Amino acid sequence: MAEDRPKKISRRTLLRSAGVAGAAAAAGSVGLSASPEALTAPLPEQSSAAALPPVAYEHLTAEEAELLEAIADHLIPADEYGPGAMEARAVAYIDRALGGALSDSHDAYRSGLAAFDRYCRASRGGPFLGLSNRDQVSALIDVEIGSATGAATGFAGSSAVFFSMVRSHVLQGTFGDPYYGGNANFVGWDLLGYPGVRTRVSNADQRRLEAGELEPNHRSAYDWDTFNKASARSARTEAKHGD
Amino acid sequence: MATRLPGTDVVVIGLGAAGGVGVLPLAQAGLDVVGLEAGSRLTAKDFAPDEIRNNLRDWPFAVQKAMQEIPTLRRNRSQQAVQSSGQPMMNGVGGTSLHYWGQSWRLNPWDFKVVSETTRRYGASRLPDGSTVEDWAFGYEELEPYYDRIEHEIGVSGQAGNVNGEIDHRGNTFEGQRNRGYPMPPLRWTGFLEKMGDAARSLNWKPFPGPASINSEFYQGRSSCQYHGYCNKGGCHVDAKNSTAVTTIPQAEETGRLKVVTHAHATQIDVDDEGRVTGVTYLRDGEEFFQPAEVVLLASYTYENVRLLLLSQSRPFPIGLSNNHAQVGRHYLSHHQGAGVSALFPFDLNAWYGLPAQGVAVDDWADDNFDHGDLDFIGGGNLWVFSDRRPIQAAGMNTFGRAPAWGTAWKKFLRENSDRSVGSYIQKTTLPYETNYLDLDPVVTDPFGVPVIRITAEYKENELALADFMQKKMEQWFRKAGAVEVVRSGLGGQMGVSTHAYGGTRMGDNPETNVVNRYGFSHEVPNLGVLGSSVMGTSGARNPTLTAQALAWRTADHLVENWSTIAK
Repeated sequence: MAEDRPKKISRRTLLRSAGVAGAAAAAGSVGLSASPEALTAPLPEQSSAAALPPVAYEHLTAEEAELLEAIADHLIPADEYGPGAMEARAVAYIDRALGGALSDSHDAYRSGLAAFDRYCRASRGGPFLGLSNRDQVSALIDVEIGSATGAATGFAGSSAVFFSMVRSHVLQGTFGDPYYGGNANFVGWDLLGYPGVRTRVSNADQRRLEAGELEPNHRSAYDWDTFNKASARSARTEAKHGD
Repeated sequence: MATRLPGTDVVVIGLGAAGGVGVLPLAQAGLDVVGLEAGSRLTAKDFAPDEIRNNLRDWPFAVQKAMQEIPTLRRNRSQQAVQSSGQPMMNGVGGTSLHYWGQSWRLNPWDFKVVSETTRRYGASRLPDGSTVEDWAFGYEELEPYYDRIEHEIGVSGQAGNVNGEIDHRGNTFEGQRNRGYPMPPLRWTGFLEKMGDAARSLNWKPFPGPASINSEFYQGRSSCQYHGYCNKGGCHVDAKNSTAVTTIPQAEETGRLKVVTHAHATQIDVDDEGRVTGVTYLRDGEEFFQPAEVVLLASYTYENVRLLLLSQSRPFPIGLSNNHAQVGRHYLSHHQGAGVSALFPFDLNAWYGLPAQGVAVDDWADDNFDHGDLDFIGGGNLWVFSDRRPIQAAGMNTFGRAPAWGTAWKKFLRENSDRSVGSYIQKTTLPYETNYLDLDPVVTDPFGVPVIRITAEYKENELALADFMQKKMEQWFRKAGAVEVVRSGLGGQMGVSTHAYGGTRMGDNPETNVVNRYGFSHEVPNLGVLGSSVMGTSGARNPTLTAQALAWRTADHLVENWSTIAK
């Protein structure tokens, strides 16, 4: 398969090559959920997070934030393939959005995180943070596939709905424009190999991209001050005409 | 009590893709026009390349009026309709043309004559049971000059395939004969699109670049496309997307004849005792106004057009304006654009910087371009493969069964494949049926207590058989180009709230089955016209906007030429 890929000299390809080599041990599990076996290896040190000041959460409680960070860390871990959701500050993104565009989801976070905590205690004998890595992964898989659903767990609806919400917001916080508080230091875009927001991409730029020679520019849309800033409010919820 | 404003010649309700075109010939003819628009004015500064805002938070297009009256949905009469989670249309000067994909197709000549051509070639029994499809009142040739006009007025890039009978194999050789080519060459292709083109040719198909109302080069004082990758649901930061907000509306305003009223929420079209419309009542910042006019043109999109007619009840029109034949809301269809096919390739596609209108099309399986003798459906689909990738969307990619959805194994997959998958857009002939219709929801209302539209509609056997056929063709094409995984989505069921919504105020000569006549004016109300895809009785296999715009220009032309008889 490797010979089908264009030869590239970009940093992305170098990282990828390292990733492919390092991944030989990681079994490629097939299916909808992450396999515990593939995820039981200890996490590497999260050195890049040290460069950032600690996050002051405004909408999540300290306990909620701690639990959500741990979940996000499983969804997109820092590993041999690069930094993850923690380094991207995905939970900071979610916390900020819960005060604005995602405010409708605040209750779902409160009740879902509480339900998850209850589920871990009932099914695994302790709080999520106290479980072994293997038990943490298997508990998350239960939530993902909806088998944590039921009166005993306290999930209001299917636990899969909660998992899907958290996953989509963690993706937003890791791969969204840093303007919204996540994707710190553009780690998400580097992971994807996305060369960055550009307001002009000439035919020559496209050819450079196709040759693997377009370097990431690490710019937010709002680094161009020509654009009006995005509003944090949710347009759907205001009962007013026009605007 | 509504404040009565000074009268005007024409009031146009809605300044989107259709209304924004219709105002220009009127203003140029010297008529005074008031354009009522529920949204505000947006400019290039409002269109940052911001995936979270455009694609996840629905700003700026999630403005209030459209979002407050989201239609309810059910497949058939036996179900309880539930409100849809969203509404893809936008209020604003320019409407949804501000952020649409900009694909600007002409319909195929067959689309105007589905009944007669199907009967001629295969026999009348091949028309699906329960379909209310009719031939249009006129053929493609009648609309050709208006297609041409719009392509040059707003600016459409593309490659012609049939100019005055001369076939050019770089373009769509199946298209109806045109009088001249496009004013701009097509948008550029990427290496991957070239590869798809080669694969199509090796299947003996005829690939070509699609037409787009997006500048491929400097045109009429506006920039060419900069391919920044945020075109899908995003407005253009350099005005290269030829929305009516940067083309026909400012041109009409320059004549001094068009007055644009933003934040105007039309609540009723008023009539006199003789059943002629007298003007429009609207709310603005909580105040009620009445705008008198000699002629009213309703151009607020299919759902809102039908809704406002049904809500405008009066003594002459007790079940809704222009609805004494009970045809308002009938013959509804939304284009079957679902049943997609996506693929994974073993190489990068370099799709980060592109736009959905930049792509490769195949029309070999569209309309009646192929023999349906041994098939169990009529019509066809347009195959479209395009560039459209943004980071969050890429991170949420299908893993094609090769990886879980999270964790290190997922991350490994994502690193390798973030730029290696592609979808396809397959628009398919969709027919109107007796049991598919729009009406007012008996329960759900907007915040003012006014009923929203209820959609009762589903794809029938013809659409599902066609969808299955098209998926197989698409898979064949992807495999030929080297795809290592191909995934098909479901064939479709309920018709959702759509940007391609047709019918409800269908155009045709027979007043028993059509709301407006061949010129777009009501059979029942001589000084009421309707603009937009709600007048279209067939969908074809391609985006409706250019056809809606050509029809809008034609209706406005007809009004200008017949002002004394229509306005009295």
